[in-house]
Amino acid sequence: MFSNILIYFVVIPLIMLLGLFLCRNIQQIRAVAVTGSVALTALSIWLLIDYIGLRHAGVTDPMLWVDSWEWFAPLNIHLAVGVDGISIAMLILTGVILITGSFASWEIPQPKEFFLWLVLLSTGVYGFFISIDLFTMFMFYEVALIPMYLLIGVWGSGNKNYSAMKLTLMLMGGSAFLMLGLIGIYYHSAPEGQPLTWNILEIARNGAISHGWQTFLFPMTFVGFGVLGAMFPFHTWSPDGHASAPTAVSMLHAGVLMKLGGYGCFRVAIYLMPQAAHELAWIFIILTGISVVYGAFSACVQNDLKYINAYSSVSHCGLVLFAILMLNTTAMTGAIMQMLSHGLMTALFFALIGMIYGRTHTRDIREMGGMMQILPYLSVCYVIAGMASLGLPGLSGFVAEMTIFVGSFQHADLFHRIFVIVACSSIVTTAVYILRVVGKLLYGPVYDEHHMSLTDAKWWERTSTAALIVCVAAIGFFPNFFVDLIKFTFSPEIFTVLGLN
Amino acid sequence: MDYSQFLALKQEIGLLIVFLLVFLTDTFADKKSAKAVPYIACIFMLAQTAYGFFLSHAPATEAFAGMYATSPVLVAIKNILNVGTLIVLIQSLKWTNSEFVAVRRGEFYELTLLTLLGMYLMISSRHFLMFIIGLETASLPLCALVAFDKHRYESHEAAIKYVLTAVFSSAILLMGLSFVYGLAGTLYYDGIAIGLMGQMGVMLAVALAFVIAGFGFKISLVPFHLWTADVYQGAPTSVTSYLSVISKGSAAFAFLVVLTQVFGAFYADAWEWMLYALIVLTITVGNLFAIRQTNMKRFLAFSSISQAGYIMLAIVGDNAMGISALMFYTLVYIFSNLAAFGVIGAIENATGKVDMTDYNGLYKTNPRLSFTMMLAMFSLAGIPPFAGFFSKFFVFTSTLNGTDSAALYVLVLIALINTIISLYYYLLVVKAMFINDSEQPIATFRSACSERLGMWVCVAGIIGLGIVSYFYDYLLTVVG
Repeated sequence: MFSNILIYFVVIPLIMLLGLFLCRNIQQIRAVAVTGSVALTALSIWLLIDYIGLRHAGVTDPMLWVDSWEWFAPLNIHLAVGVDGISIAMLILTGVILITGSFASWEIPQPKEFFLWLVLLSTGVYGFFISIDLFTMFMFYEVALIPMYLLIGVWGSGNKNYSAMKLTLMLMGGSAFLMLGLIGIYYHSAPEGQPLTWNILEIARNGAISHGWQTFLFPMTFVGFGVLGAMFPFHTWSPDGHASAPTAVSMLHAGVLMKLGGYGCFRVAIYLMPQAAHELAWIFIILTGISVVYGAFSACVQNDLKYINAYSSVSHCGLVLFAILMLNTTAMTGAIMQMLSHGLMTALFFALIGMIYGRTHTRDIREMGGMMQILPYLSVCYVIAGMASLGLPGLSGFVAEMTIFVGSFQHADLFHRIFVIVACSSIVTTAVYILRVVGKLLYGPVYDEHHMSLTDAKWWERTSTAALIVCVAAIGFFPNFFVDLIKFTFSPEIFTVLGLN
Repeated sequence: MDYSQFLALKQEIGLLIVFLLVFLTDTFADKKSAKAVPYIACIFMLAQTAYGFFLSHAPATEAFAGMYATSPVLVAIKNILNVGTLIVLIQSLKWTNSEFVAVRRGEFYELTLLTLLGMYLMISSRHFLMFIIGLETASLPLCALVAFDKHRYESHEAAIKYVLTAVFSSAILLMGLSFVYGLAGTLYYDGIAIGLMGQMGVMLAVALAFVIAGFGFKISLVPFHLWTADVYQGAPTSVTSYLSVISKGSAAFAFLVVLTQVFGAFYADAWEWMLYALIVLTITVGNLFAIRQTNMKRFLAFSSISQAGYIMLAIVGDNAMGISALMFYTLVYIFSNLAAFGVIGAIENATGKVDMTDYNGLYKTNPRLSFTMMLAMFSLAGIPPFAGFFSKFFVFTSTLNGTDSAALYVLVLIALINTIISLYYYLLVVKAMFINDSEQPIATFRSACSERLGMWVCVAGIIGLGIVSYFYDYLLTVVG
């Protein structure tokens, strides 16, 4: 079991949990958190290099490092692992955000409990990304959701009790639909007479889910994951949840957890039920189209920095689902790029907002101004994040959105064209709300005299933000590398499953 | 009469010996050595539990002209009940040694063991006469147990309610059974199944309704649940925990046996829809009422009503997976609920507080108790990686096994949506302990050794039962 490298993505967080449990003071806690997350990131980067090497050597399996250990034999439940380019991209993203999140919560009160929950959450996230067995995948999915409640409830701010409960219940509500969908998939996973299976690769190979069942199970699973992807009208948990959550949790949640939704929609709903995906995509294109536009417009009228960024996340994550539903390679590549880009960018935003809030004790943009004079480092970072968000070439947002819209426009029919154009309009709206914040918050006269005495970023804050900016710029400058990584993933098998080309 | 057939009743005889030992020590020991009674009860119950595991490979046998049967499945469910009873006995050590209870602590153990014996017989019976004897042996001592805190008004009230309900439900059940006897001409389970063949009519439907209603009272399914909250609140916490897990688990299993073995042929004609309606009502009403509760024991009463609905869901599957899912659910439910009651009992013994508002800020003063409670709540709500998630998952999987019926998918969806409602109120407890602040939190205290032991066992069960696949696999091989 331990000869497979992937299992260490779950083992390391478990060791971290044990380590944190034994920690006596804050230095030890920080050490465990940083060492563990660096180890995880290093492991995922090593995996990436190995992966690309193997692909160049001509390995064409849909997943690599595939392994499976029996768990509940009567139900054929396995702990099955395997990764492709998309999963690896997500693993790296998780690692980067975990490191930066640890730095961003350097001085959190009750650090031991905080990091215990945070690491438990990331155990769920890592487990989800490496699983290819629907049962274990679902289990890790729920493991990732529940620590959220306490993280927001205990360390949050504002209307935290309401937000924490709303977030947990809505996400768990989504997973109720998901669970039914997954059990349904299991019972139709193999042709008559053959053993049923939870394994995604085997289900895809069997292709035994009948057309009728696909039309029932596809919406179930898509909505189930879509709730976490903040799909309209199930996005309402996101602004409240993100606004109330502590910095690192907002980062991890918007940066990684919301990607679980998009990843799951692709990996389970579309990959396993391609026929229904083709037929029913229009419904969800409408819904996600609304997310994209509505999220952007909502962000324009908010005054709380976190709400602005949360609605912007609704818009950007909507774009991920929107692109996935286009069912072609270019848009799909764009969707993965957007996941990475949004994950890094929004984590950067939330980190900066947390740092600013920690100094000014307000997040209302009407009560702040002229930050560029007071906090030059944080302000410049904020501008960079903003530019990435509105799609400035050279940063990650441009690459992702460009690819998505080019891919989406390949559909020649009127319906798709109209919705692509509508979704495109969000770019303009994004510019409006980003520039509004930049103008009010960073430039202009200093609003509050007390703010003059604030100090700029400390070293751990600089580490956290600089790391994220480097990543955002790396995607912007070297998109080919990432496109390659994802391209290998859409190996011939997936093409046939999707009925693309 | 062939007396060797008594050898088929190995577990019953074992339990009877434990009972007699406790009873005799309690009766003849002087005041000083009577202190040993609780420990004798616990140790011999442990031995009885261990003995049960040795019997798990014993072949299926019958005794008394087929009135009594035993098989690996029945041994397994009795083992599950044994484990639960053992934990209850251990958890109540502190309480039975307390001032007002100490004089009559022996009675608690005797009556508890006696009810367990009744449940054994109820589960093992293959004849309704035997079944009723078992049922009454289980019910009547429970009435005395509920009234155990006889100086407390609530305990009185609860006992009266419980007696009346028990008698009333037995009467309804007997009414139904007499109809069945009239139709089939026998009281043997298999005889009835044959005798009723092709007799589907109004009479049988009425009889079935009576039988299901009778069981409904015992398992406290909605709309037969009205006694539950008051009795749970009024009874001593140890008795409440026993009522909520052991009594309910055994009745649910007996219900499964009766429905599938006796009335199995009329599933689609008669009781399928009754069961659906009961399940939906039970889960939903139990959940909605639990939201408003402030007393922890009443809260767990309604939570246990809705949990009973999930147990019933396993019956719908009507297959080997369903039976094992029911048993596994009961097992996990025993551990989760007893962990919750363990914490409630410990806090009640130390401070006398049972309101949810008293739990505010508990984490700051008693982190371990809060943690145990949180695990129990998560397990009851079905959050992975705790055992409750697995047991719920297996129940749902068994319900949908081998069927494409839209009604069942809807049923499971309703149950799943209800898990979200239940998550809400379970989280309220977690919120009280971890998030809410309190000006007068419960002071830090160290719970008794026995209480800690009970809680450790429960926590180990909550964590281990799901992740270690052995337990579910074992139950399934036993059933299959």
